[in-house]
Amino acid sequence: MAREAMEYDVVIVGAGPAGLTTAIKLKQLDSNLNVCILEKGSEVGAHILSGNVFETKALDELLPNWKNEGSPIKTKVSKEKFLFLGKNSSLSWPTWLLPSVQKNHNNYIVSLANLCRWLAEQAEKIGVEIFPGFPASEVLYNEDGSIKGVATLDMGLDKDGNKKDTYQEGMELHAKVTVFSEGCRGHLGKQLIKKFNLDDGKDPQQYGIGLKEIWEVSEQQHQEGLVMHTAGWPLDNKTYGGSFIYHAEKRQIYLGYVIGLDYQNPHLSPFDEFQRFKTHPSIRKMFEGGKRISFGARALIEGGIQSLPKMYMPGGLLIGCDAGTLNMPKIKGSHTAMKSGIIAAETIVESIKNKTDLSIYEKKFKESWIYKELHAARNVKPSFSWGLILGIIFTGIDQILFRGKLPFTLKHKHADHEALKPASQMPKIEYPKPDGKLTFDKTSSVYLTGTNHAENQPVHLRLKDPYLPISYTLKEYDEPAQKYCPVGVYEIQQEKFVINSQNCIHCKTCDIKEPSQNITWVAPEGGGGPKYGNM
Amino acid sequence: MKILVAVKRVIDYNVQIRVKEDGSGVHTDNVKMSTNPPDDNAVEESVKLKESGKVKEVVAISIGEDKAQESIRKALAVGADRGIHIKSDSYIEPLGIAKILKKIVEKEKPDMVFLGKQAIDDDCNQTGQMLAAMLNWPQATFSSKINLKDKSIEIVREIDEGLETIEVNLPAVVTCDLRLNEPRFASLPNIMKAKKKPMEQLNAKDMGVDLTNRIEQLKVEEPPKRKAGIKVANVAELVSKLKNEAKVI
Repeated sequence: MAREAMEYDVVIVGAGPAGLTTAIKLKQLDSNLNVCILEKGSEVGAHILSGNVFETKALDELLPNWKNEGSPIKTKVSKEKFLFLGKNSSLSWPTWLLPSVQKNHNNYIVSLANLCRWLAEQAEKIGVEIFPGFPASEVLYNEDGSIKGVATLDMGLDKDGNKKDTYQEGMELHAKVTVFSEGCRGHLGKQLIKKFNLDDGKDPQQYGIGLKEIWEVSEQQHQEGLVMHTAGWPLDNKTYGGSFIYHAEKRQIYLGYVIGLDYQNPHLSPFDEFQRFKTHPSIRKMFEGGKRISFGARALIEGGIQSLPKMYMPGGLLIGCDAGTLNMPKIKGSHTAMKSGIIAAETIVESIKNKTDLSIYEKKFKESWIYKELHAARNVKPSFSWGLILGIIFTGIDQILFRGKLPFTLKHKHADHEALKPASQMPKIEYPKPDGKLTFDKTSSVYLTGTNHAENQPVHLRLKDPYLPISYTLKEYDEPAQKYCPVGVYEIQQEKFVINSQNCIHCKTCDIKEPSQNITWVAPEGGGGPKYGNM
Repeated sequence: MKILVAVKRVIDYNVQIRVKEDGSGVHTDNVKMSTNPPDDNAVEESVKLKESGKVKEVVAISIGEDKAQESIRKALAVGADRGIHIKSDSYIEPLGIAKILKKIVEKEKPDMVFLGKQAIDDDCNQTGQMLAAMLNWPQATFSSKINLKDKSIEIVREIDEGLETIEVNLPAVVTCDLRLNEPRFASLPNIMKAKKKPMEQLNAKDMGVDLTNRIEQLKVEEPPKRKAGIKVANVAELVSKLKNEAKVI
C-alpha cells in the first residue's frame, strides 16, 4: 500500500546552518515556493554542536540586517593566543606569525545551536515549514532514477521491528528538488555519494572527532572575547589534533578538542585525550574551581577540496558538511556551509525557472569565494600526515609565504578506517582516573547531553556482520569502538559485543572509524539523541 | 460530552536541570521544553474517549508565556479540537491556575476536566485537587485506567497500597498517571492541520481572579551530591558496618 505523501517545491533534510540558509534564501528569491525542512532533533539546535568562532561573511549576504534582528551573535573576538604544549611546558606562538586564515579579529564567538534556533525563527517568519522530530530515513527515486524526495521513519516499532499500538507509518515528501544538509557523514548523504558516484576521482574523505564542554568559571579566569588554540601534548607527533578555548559571554568558556580520525593507535580514546588535556598546568588553571555545564561530541569534515564530492545529482543537492565544505586550517565550516546553501537556493530557483538540471551548481560554486577559500586551504591537512612538526613548517611556507598558491595539491592517501594499526603493534595508553572536578568519565558526561532514545525501538547502530566485533575486531584491534565512541555506547561484556544505543549522541564516529566499516548509523525514532542547549 | 484538558509546558525530562547561581531558580534559556509527560497521557485519554464516540469535543488549555502555545498545538496535532491559551509571563501558583481553570470551566461547561497528576517541574500535585474543591466536583486522581459510563466514570487509581477502584459522578476532575496509556505520535499532516485549528487567546490578568502568589520562595539549590561508596571484603564486614557505622540494623 502506498504511503501518504505531501508535495513540496523543495524539501530540505537537516536544520543546520546549510539547510536553514537554503530555506531562507529560497523564500527570499521566490516567496511562492513551498519549502519544508525535516530535522531529526527534537527541536532545531538540539543536535547542533560546534566551537564556534563565526565568520559573518555568508550571513552578511543572507540577512545583512542581522545585527538589528535579535541574532545571538554578540561576543566579538578581542584577543588571540596560540600555544604549543609539551608535557609540562607551553610555548606561546606570536599571533603575527599565524597564517592569516587563522586570524579571527572580525569574527564572533557564538553558540551555533542558538544561531540555528534564530535562523529557524527567521525562516518560519517567511513561511518555511520546519518539522523537528522527523528524521528522513529513506531517499525516494523517480522511474528515471532522479530523486523524488524522502520518506520519514516509521514510528512506534519495537526492538524486533514489530508494530506497537502507537505505530505510525512514515510518510513521503515529494519535491522538485531535495536538498541534503545532514551535516558530516549524513546517513542519506553517504548513500547518495555511493549511488551517484559523487566522489569519483576524489581523494577519500577525511574526518575528525570534536569534543566540547561548556564551563562556567570565575571572573578572574574569564576574558570575554579571548580565542585560544593549542597543538601538541597530549597527542604525539603523528596524531593530528588540537584544542580550542573560546571565552564567551556570561563567564562561560567553550572548551573543545579535535582529533583527526586518521589516528593509528587503536588504544587511543579521543574522549580521554580531551580529559587529560585539561590537566596541563597552563590549561588547568583556567578551569580549576569552575563548573562544567555541558558536554557533547560530533564528527567533522577535514578532507577539504580534494575530498569534496560532486554536490549535485538529478533532483538533489548535497551541501554543507553533508558534502564537506569545512575549511580545516581556518577551523571553520559554518560560513562555508551557509554559502553552499545560498548557492543551492540560487541554483534551485534558476533550474525551476529555466527547467534545467542542477549542474549549474558546480559553476556557481567554482565562481564563488567558497571555492577560492577551500582551494587555498587544500594542502594544510594532508601535510600533517608527515607529523606535527613538518606539517607546521610546510603550512608556514604554504600559507604565509605562498598564501595557498603553491602549484601542486597534496593528496589524502587513505580513508580514516584504514589508518588503524593492529593493537599488538601499538603502545597501550594508560589514562589517568577522572577526578570528577576537572576531568570526568563518560557516564557523567553523557548525562549532561540530555540524550535519550525511546525504549524498545530497533537498534539504530547496525552491524553488517554481528560476529565480526568478537571474531576479528577484538583480536586484531582490541575492538576500538570501546575507545573511539565518546559516550561508551560500545562495550565488550563477557565476550559479547554490547551496543548501548540509547546513549548515542549521533556523532557518527563509529560509522567512520570502524576498521571494517561494519557499523552503519541509521536514523532512530524522531526526537531521539542529544538535547543540546547552547552548544 | 466535552472534556477540557490542561497542559503545561515544562523543561524536557531528559534535560539536566541547572540551578542559577544566585539561587533564584533554574536556567531555562535555550533549554529544550516539552509538554509535561502526564499531561500527554491526559490528552491521549481525552482523544481516545473522543474516538470511542462517547465524547464530542476536546478542548486543550494552557496557561503561561506565548510558547505555551506549542503544548496546545501538540495536543491539537494528536486530536484535540481547539485550544485556549491564557497568557501570563510570570509564574502562577497552582491555586491561581486552579482559579483560572474554574473560570474557564464555568464558561466552557465541560463534563470532565483532565489534567496530569502533577507537573515534573515543581512537582506540586495540587492543581487538580484545588480545582475540584473550588468547583465542588468529585475528583479522581492518579488514574491509571478509565471507564466512562453515562453519568459517572470508573477510575482505577495508583495508590501507595496498590490499586484502588472508585466511581465518581459527572462532572468530575480527573488527574492522569503515566500508566494510563501510551501517548501517540503526531503525524506530519496532523501537525500541519493543527496549525489551522482555532486557538482562543486570553490574558491571565483579565480573568477577574486574584493571582497573587502566596508562597515566598527563599532559595533553590541542587540536592547534595552522593558520596562515593566503599567496597567491603566480606559479609561480616558488611554487617559490622551496617551495625556500627550506618546504624541501620
